[in-house]
Amino acid sequence: MTNSKSIFSTLCAVTLFTTAPFAGARDNVEVVGSSTVYPFSTVVAERYGRASGNATPKIESTGSGGGLKLFCSGVGTNYPDITNSSRRIKLSEFNKCQANGVKDVIEVQIGYDGIVVANSIAAEPMNLSRKDIFLALAAKVPGVEEGVLIENPYNTWREVNSDLPNTKIEVLGPPPTSGTRDAFAELALEGGCKTFEWIAALKKIDKNAYKDICHTIREDGRYIEAGENDNLIIQKLQTNSAALGIFGFSFLDQNADKVQGASIESVPPTFDSIADKSYPVSRPLFFYVKKAHVGVVPGIVGYLNEFTSERAWGEDGYLAEKGMIPLPVKERRAMAVNTRSLVPMTGNEALQ
Amino acid sequence: MSKSVDNLAKIKHSLTRRNRAEARFRWYGRIAIFIGLSAVAVLFVDIISKGHGAFQATYINLDVSYNQDIIGIDNLMDSTQLVAGDWQALSKTALRTKFPQVSGRSDKRELNNLLSSGAGFDLKDRLMAKPLLLNETESIWILADDDIDTYYKSWLDGDAYAARLSEKQIGWIDELHQQDLIRLQLNTNLFTRGDSREPEQAGILGAVMGSILTLVLTLLLSFPIGVSAAIYLEEFAPKNKWTDFIEVNINNLAAVPSIIFGLLGLAIFINFFHVPRSVPIVGGLVLTLMILPTIIITSRAAIKSVPPSIREAALGMGASKYQMVLHHVLPLALPGMLTGAIIGMAQALGETAPLLMIGMVAFIVDIPGSFTDPATVLPVQIFLWADSPERAFIEKTSAAIMVLLTFLIIMNTSAVWLRKRLERHW
Repeated sequence: MTNSKSIFSTLCAVTLFTTAPFAGARDNVEVVGSSTVYPFSTVVAERYGRASGNATPKIESTGSGGGLKLFCSGVGTNYPDITNSSRRIKLSEFNKCQANGVKDVIEVQIGYDGIVVANSIAAEPMNLSRKDIFLALAAKVPGVEEGVLIENPYNTWREVNSDLPNTKIEVLGPPPTSGTRDAFAELALEGGCKTFEWIAALKKIDKNAYKDICHTIREDGRYIEAGENDNLIIQKLQTNSAALGIFGFSFLDQNADKVQGASIESVPPTFDSIADKSYPVSRPLFFYVKKAHVGVVPGIVGYLNEFTSERAWGEDGYLAEKGMIPLPVKERRAMAVNTRSLVPMTGNEALQ
Repeated sequence: MSKSVDNLAKIKHSLTRRNRAEARFRWYGRIAIFIGLSAVAVLFVDIISKGHGAFQATYINLDVSYNQDIIGIDNLMDSTQLVAGDWQALSKTALRTKFPQVSGRSDKRELNNLLSSGAGFDLKDRLMAKPLLLNETESIWILADDDIDTYYKSWLDGDAYAARLSEKQIGWIDELHQQDLIRLQLNTNLFTRGDSREPEQAGILGAVMGSILTLVLTLLLSFPIGVSAAIYLEEFAPKNKWTDFIEVNINNLAAVPSIIFGLLGLAIFINFFHVPRSVPIVGGLVLTLMILPTIIITSRAAIKSVPPSIREAALGMGASKYQMVLHHVLPLALPGMLTGAIIGMAQALGETAPLLMIGMVAFIVDIPGSFTDPATVLPVQIFLWADSPERAFIEKTSAAIMVLLTFLIIMNTSAVWLRKRLERHW
């Protein structure tokens, strides 16, 4: 009994001891942001850690918006040093950064990512246009009369376009929280949406209404939100050869034996077609660095140098192997010089 | 008289019906258990069939010459030289010597891709451990790339997956196979390394250590607090509206979705107390909040099950209330409390949602050694691997699930064992 009493008091003592206050310094770079850039920045972090023997940067996948929110919250070791983004920083986010004391932000564009619409290799390959995608997936589509929108009436691909197969429209894709979904809406849906002249004209008059029409995806069960896990979409495509799936190019690259990418406007999604921008549904990838942390948190410069080295982001680099599409060589060189000399954004960029 | 005969007839009449009802009920029970067991069996068969491959990795045997000119160093003691050294050149040269006929840039690149991208660093570690090897040559098994690993395993199984390999690479593997220079070995990396983006170099030690550190802290915090709260509420607190109110709230807390504890942790520990993100301290604090209600409730049940006669006897012998509780009730209730704590810990071990908010869902390579190192935990590691594009992570994911299940089984079995061993029946 005295035994258990002493155990009890020891437990209490240890508890008090372990809840003692902690110091704030850290010796590893903290990176947050886009889940699309995550697979690339993690490789760089790991290589940098192993080659230099320093602490490996910690990468958190929070989504582009979540990452920029954390990044712009302030300066100091409690806030992340770098944030990844699968879209450019918005003006509102940049202003928030400035307001919170994050004055000097270095912008680094690292390459491109293609978004693919794919189906099982057991099915016929598809050849879609952005207009087909818009008509099949938008919540509201233009009716017979000009200027009138109707609830999306299409149930099969043939109803959308008589050249397409007579299969049910069934598309598995990411949920609204995903950067892939944002980019897909912007590049594929809006691209098709713009082909209707009166909607394109609406952009100048009422931007919000235009965005509403072009970016809203139907919710009657034809578009199925499959969560953020792209492997799951690939599994489901395998069991259902009539369905299409939407995900990043790297997943297509890794699962070429299970799924095939649909050609968009007759351009198949390949490494080269995304790199030369002929494949229409591709987007730039970025990361942003807090200049105030350079020199305070060790390893930021080393990580930047590794990321902007040819062996990482070059045509034959290891990031290309992971499915990232590199920048053209000229832009890449300029970007590397800019990044290594830590040139911050001026605030005069044409941000949206 | 006739009435009792009537009754007897009635009873006899209904007997078969009642017996049949009982037999049916037994069958319902058996079917329910069968469904439960088969669900578990399907889960295990699926995970084991997917994951067993991960315990082996493909290795290629090559003659490596640790030539200092190849690496570009002249002194193993000089750390700046070691960082600048071209360690990848060691494995590349070894491959080039093995296949001297390969020429052309893209062919050489394909050849280099046979080996893991970390192979050079592995050789560096080997050389650092055995400095005498410098400028010597040795025949050594080197880790193969994950694509080669996937291909070789599927090829051995008779269903080759070659989509990510070129004709030439398949030819080289064939050649190596005929010379017995490629084989499957126990995958030690899986148990000795932290996370990696290269499936062949990825291990779960980082996540296991993170889980251990987080759970140790959770136990140290939640057990004393939970037990003290339970003892006070059960033995000392007056029974009034306030204690009823507290009891309702504790029961409510036990049913709150775990993500809410994560939000709470983010708001209080990280934003207010400035505890760093992603460290076991903040994870332990959040999980403590989460399992405290469970521990309080089970501890109270354990205290309640101690018969009042023990308390009365102690008080009758002149013990104070404090002595009665600490010397008699607590030791008798301890097995029940421990069982509750273990079940709570098992719950905490499998939790990911609250950790999402406090930054423990992150890519962390270095193995955490203290409560303030960035860390992740086992279920998070499973989640991260399941989300990775590389196909070789599929088997890694299942292997990690097996490890997590092993820990859970150990914890739950020890809870049953403790209860069986220490429980007293009255």
